[in-house]
Amino acid sequence: MSHISERYTQAQSLWQGLEASDAPVFYVGAATCGRAAGAGAVMDRLRSEIAARGIDAQIVEVGCLGPCCLEPLMIAHKPGTPDICYGKVGPDEAAAILERHVLGNDPCAEWALGCMDGSRLDGIGPLMEHPMLALQVRRVLRNCGRIDPESMDHYLAQDGYRGFLRALELGPDGVINEVKNAGLRGRGGAGFPTWRKWEFARASAGSPKYLICNADEGDPGAFMNRSLLEGDPHAVLEGMLIAGLAMGASEGYVYCRAEYPLAIHRLEIALTQMRETGLLGENIAGSDFTFDIHIKKGAGAFVCGEETALIASIEGLRGMPRPKPPFPAVSGLWGRPTVIQNVETLGNLPLILHKGAEWYSSIGSASSKGTKTFALAGKIARTGLVEVPLGITLREIVFDIGGGIDGGRAFKAVQTGGPSGGCIPAEQLDLPVDYESLTAAGSIMGSGGMIVLDEDSCMVDIARFFLGFTQQESCGKCVPCRVGTRAMLNTLERISIGEGQAKDIAKLQEIAETVKQGSLCGLGQTAPNPVLTTLRYFANEYEDHISKGQCTAMVCQKLVGYHIDPERCIGCGACRRSCPVEAITGETKKPHSIDGKVCIHCGACLTVCPSSASAVFRTSGELTRVESVEKRKSAVKSS
Amino acid sequence: MCSCHADTASVVAEIVARHPDGRSSLIPVLQEIQESLGYLSPDSLKEIERLTGISSSESYGVATFYTQFRFTPPGKHTIQVCNGTACHVRAGQGITDEFSRTLGVNVGETTADGNFSLESVACLGCCALAPVVAVDGKVFAGVTTKKVPAILREYKAEGTREAL
Repeated sequence: MSHISERYTQAQSLWQGLEASDAPVFYVGAATCGRAAGAGAVMDRLRSEIAARGIDAQIVEVGCLGPCCLEPLMIAHKPGTPDICYGKVGPDEAAAILERHVLGNDPCAEWALGCMDGSRLDGIGPLMEHPMLALQVRRVLRNCGRIDPESMDHYLAQDGYRGFLRALELGPDGVINEVKNAGLRGRGGAGFPTWRKWEFARASAGSPKYLICNADEGDPGAFMNRSLLEGDPHAVLEGMLIAGLAMGASEGYVYCRAEYPLAIHRLEIALTQMRETGLLGENIAGSDFTFDIHIKKGAGAFVCGEETALIASIEGLRGMPRPKPPFPAVSGLWGRPTVIQNVETLGNLPLILHKGAEWYSSIGSASSKGTKTFALAGKIARTGLVEVPLGITLREIVFDIGGGIDGGRAFKAVQTGGPSGGCIPAEQLDLPVDYESLTAAGSIMGSGGMIVLDEDSCMVDIARFFLGFTQQESCGKCVPCRVGTRAMLNTLERISIGEGQAKDIAKLQEIAETVKQGSLCGLGQTAPNPVLTTLRYFANEYEDHISKGQCTAMVCQKLVGYHIDPERCIGCGACRRSCPVEAITGETKKPHSIDGKVCIHCGACLTVCPSSASAVFRTSGELTRVESVEKRKSAVKSS
Repeated sequence: MCSCHADTASVVAEIVARHPDGRSSLIPVLQEIQESLGYLSPDSLKEIERLTGISSSESYGVATFYTQFRFTPPGKHTIQVCNGTACHVRAGQGITDEFSRTLGVNVGETTADGNFSLESVACLGCCALAPVVAVDGKVFAGVTTKKVPAILREYKAEGTREAL
């Protein structure tokens, strides 16, 4: 009998001991996001309260449950009652929950988000009925925020590695067949069928074969992979064992970005645990399967999301792509057959193998099966990580799950796919989220970044922002990308400072098409998407910038003028003191004024003008916007 | 030979010895040298050349391709202002400008007293809490221009000679 199967009994009793513990347990969400929101202080306070009271209680650090906007999150287990999840828990709230709920009889409903496992208590409904969670189907993220990611027993107790054990029984052909029937497509963005990559690599001569997990997550605005790696590292590593077995690989690499130190730390712990349990090395679990996994830290290059560039980087070279074919499945790392897979794709595999293809494909759309995780951010009320069935509409994600726009503004667009994707306007909100629909709308599924934009977002600025990024990240190897991204960026920069010309729009369109068709790799081929989609759906904004010198959203600073209404100014001097270039003059208690020639358009005066006065206002072109300071402040607070 | 050079040599030798597989270990070697010494000096690249045969121009070529590597000594504290999409649409650029104005340095530079280096990074992965700033790896969420002085105060308190 193998080592791993002996561990399940121990893992189960440990987990059940925690679940049904007769002492209180506090599960604190301490992923990078939770820590940034103050989870560390919450745990410190709980520790000192527990020590001061001399009670027997446990604190478990877990990953992210998803609703980042409600962090820090804490689940409190009180023996004999349902576990309750609380949101926005600071140190004081944590102490109060310990005192009033765990030691008393008041479940602190004011901070409760819901009860775990579908229970109810004193008017607190199930957590899955919370508006942010109601439409979600948590499969890949099922363990995130529930288990201690540094405990292998916790993972085993959730049927961890059972998918891999079944894969060993099925053998490579059986695994490929199962995943083919499940309809799993790559979650990195392009949606290539996972099983087909394996088949190509298996059929290729050459050994050893390599599997690479792409955890470089270079899209600015995306954090799905970070959350999964921090919250449930074993799920991704189990997926690597399954993929390695299916394609016939003997070595695997996790290529993880250096900006994710906590994810790397937890992967290292998980790899050690796998080694100790005989899940890595020779003859894994008594079979003839031999496999090992190494971690490679990325050094910061977006182009390394491209398969051949990533391979060059692992080989110790500059991360530049090369023409395909040969495809990596034929000649990849050190010239050997190599398959590169996204973190989330791998995270799906344990489930498919454990629960079967039929169960897996029961949700999703006709061409896109299963679920997809998205990182919801930007001008949206409820930010965080969500997992939804493919085929759900953008409207459901943005408005039902995300709660719509915060700060009372109007929705303008949703940006999917990061720098390779595009902006989808309000008219297309009923679009089903699957690979084909998003591509038809001019964007891409991408790895799952979803940035919501409101009327205060300028689409020319968004295009300029992404082009600034891709231009900087272009490796410079091929001319269309190297020169084309620069040419597009220069044009966009001119438009955003009011120096655009009428012919610029046609010119942009032409360069964009050239770069799309002529570039060597995915970076260049998709870099024009932000320009093309904003031109397609928001041409009027380009025209306003060019012909009227007007930025309706008041974002392009050079086109925005700041003024003080002398009738409203109370002469408090706040703006004068905040102005970094001394453009504001005026005597105390007398109306102030701004010298437009000196002003650098930084907006500091608008931010500090007291709400009782609201004397600072902005203009752009013919347009005037009198900003209510109060509204701005409430928007800042709610974020 | 100055003492700092001797330090560089021993650090590089120790790191190179831990990575016997040559060329494919070049990036991890560079990463670990930067972690120990703060940056990649010409001396450290020459040491790599002496020990592994990988020419310093070649390792410089690899290092300059990746944004992670620095070629000048960093300040005591490194401020990374996130310039990801979510931070950008939530006015992250204003925060970079504010740090830049307050410290009197541009992005990529270090203050004259050597206390702070200012960097702009592509994404810290905390998009839901945008805009974010990380100082020495500690992430600050929901940063506004008004919070900038308080963040800086936290780091100048510990034994800095000059006031900001």
